[in-house]
Amino acid sequence: MGKVIVVTSGKGGVGKTTSSAALGAALAHKGDRVVIVDFDVGLRNLDLVMGAERRVVYDLVNVIQGEAKLSQALIRDKRLETLFLLPASQTRDKDALTPEGVETVITELKRVFDWVICDSPAGIERGATLAMRHADIAVVVTNPEVSSVRDSDRIIGLLDAKTAKAERGERIEKHLLLTRYDSNRAERGDMLKVDDVLEILSIPLIGIIPESMDVLRASNIGAPVTLADARSAPAMAYFDAARRLAGEVLPITIPGEKRGIFGKIFGRKAA
Amino acid sequence: MTKVLTDARSIRIKGRSFLAVVLSPDLPFDDWLARLDDLAARSAGFFLGRPVVLDVTDLPIDRAQLKELLAEFSQRNVSIMGIEGARPSILGQGMPPALKGGRPVSDEAVAKEPVIELQNNPADSKSAVVESRQPLQSIIIREPVRSGQSVIFPEGDVTVIGSVASGAEVIAGGSVHIYGTLRGRAMAGSVGNASARIFCRKMEAELLAIDGIYKMAEDMAPSLRGKPVQLWLEGDTIMAETLI
Repeated sequence: MGKVIVVTSGKGGVGKTTSSAALGAALAHKGDRVVIVDFDVGLRNLDLVMGAERRVVYDLVNVIQGEAKLSQALIRDKRLETLFLLPASQTRDKDALTPEGVETVITELKRVFDWVICDSPAGIERGATLAMRHADIAVVVTNPEVSSVRDSDRIIGLLDAKTAKAERGERIEKHLLLTRYDSNRAERGDMLKVDDVLEILSIPLIGIIPESMDVLRASNIGAPVTLADARSAPAMAYFDAARRLAGEVLPITIPGEKRGIFGKIFGRKAA
Repeated sequence: MTKVLTDARSIRIKGRSFLAVVLSPDLPFDDWLARLDDLAARSAGFFLGRPVVLDVTDLPIDRAQLKELLAEFSQRNVSIMGIEGARPSILGQGMPPALKGGRPVSDEAVAKEPVIELQNNPADSKSAVVESRQPLQSIIIREPVRSGQSVIFPEGDVTVIGSVASGAEVIAGGSVHIYGTLRGRAMAGSVGNASARIFCRKMEAELLAIDGIYKMAEDMAPSLRGKPVQLWLEGDTIMAETLI
């Protein structure tokens, strides 16, 4: 049985889709079978970020409404054999998702794949609650700023209340993924520091993704950042986060804080 | 035709008690409403979606005045669910029903079967609703209270081992103890207990209240921010000092 991960945040624009694609590709890279499901019905983006927008024929809503088989709707990634995408519908809205339909699709996907990654829409309404409904693990994507942190806090509360696991009295595993982190701005006080965010949200940290042009560039060429440029700083941070998701214990480095040799020399001179 | 009188499925009628906010206006209403507006302005949305009971005991008003007052409330989006202490003569058509038998919840007789409610916003149906077996005077929440969640415990003290997030609230009939950072709202003595206190390990609160007396973040001394603090009531003033 595969594991179901929901990538969620409450707030929009913090990097849920980017992170879903990057983590999915990173997990598939080591040979695991991965499917990323876009739950943002009506505002689908994942197909663009994965570079599969011209290959969408059937989508999640078609499958739920019985108009297509799951195997017809799944799109295999051109770069990685074991990476699949289940796109959302662009012409429908979130009311087209039914709890029963979502449950059937997720159950079926779990049988075939090692990882089912649910890319949640923003907000706390139907789309978001259905995306988190059957998750075993939640990745809460947060930017180091107050509104994102508060929305994440709200989402964590919902994860503990409204998921199927929570209703069975079990606890859903929650991880924090801090994205768009800029150590210089955190240092200047323009952004929250890592410790501040951790103190407020009090869930384990799974990775810190530095703010980088590489992420935008990757989105625009239609590739997860972990495939577009595997050596870039954000890609390496996503690879590490994926290994932690799979259970490995790795120390977390705060980007920009391990100063290079120049920084050290400069620091000494100044002292 | 004979009517089947015993349908297999009967209608279930249950009694349930809820905690309502009671407003007791005094005359002249204009002044009182101005003060209400001031409170509402500083604590936006406080009355939204909350059951509010209007207490008009001993107020020398007539039906027209009451009607006017109710109109003022509806203008402010405060929906009155019932009127307490009104002479039958001043109640009219289209007014909220008269309520009787309201008791402050600190009353021992009420505390027979306390219910611990750890509730999310109305929209979030679940969240643990734990029913206790014997009379309890305190509850302990072992995890952080997240944004959007409320802990409401009119029967006694609430202890939170963890932080109370911005946008979360803890309402206790007794004292509130937060072993973490208090960023949201804390209301102690919510049902009339002036000796209730609020304790927290780190003060960043949005709003504090003891026995219905409010204090907003901007009214608080900046020196208390981020410190371990206790608050109590002296007369009609909330007092605060750092702990240790």
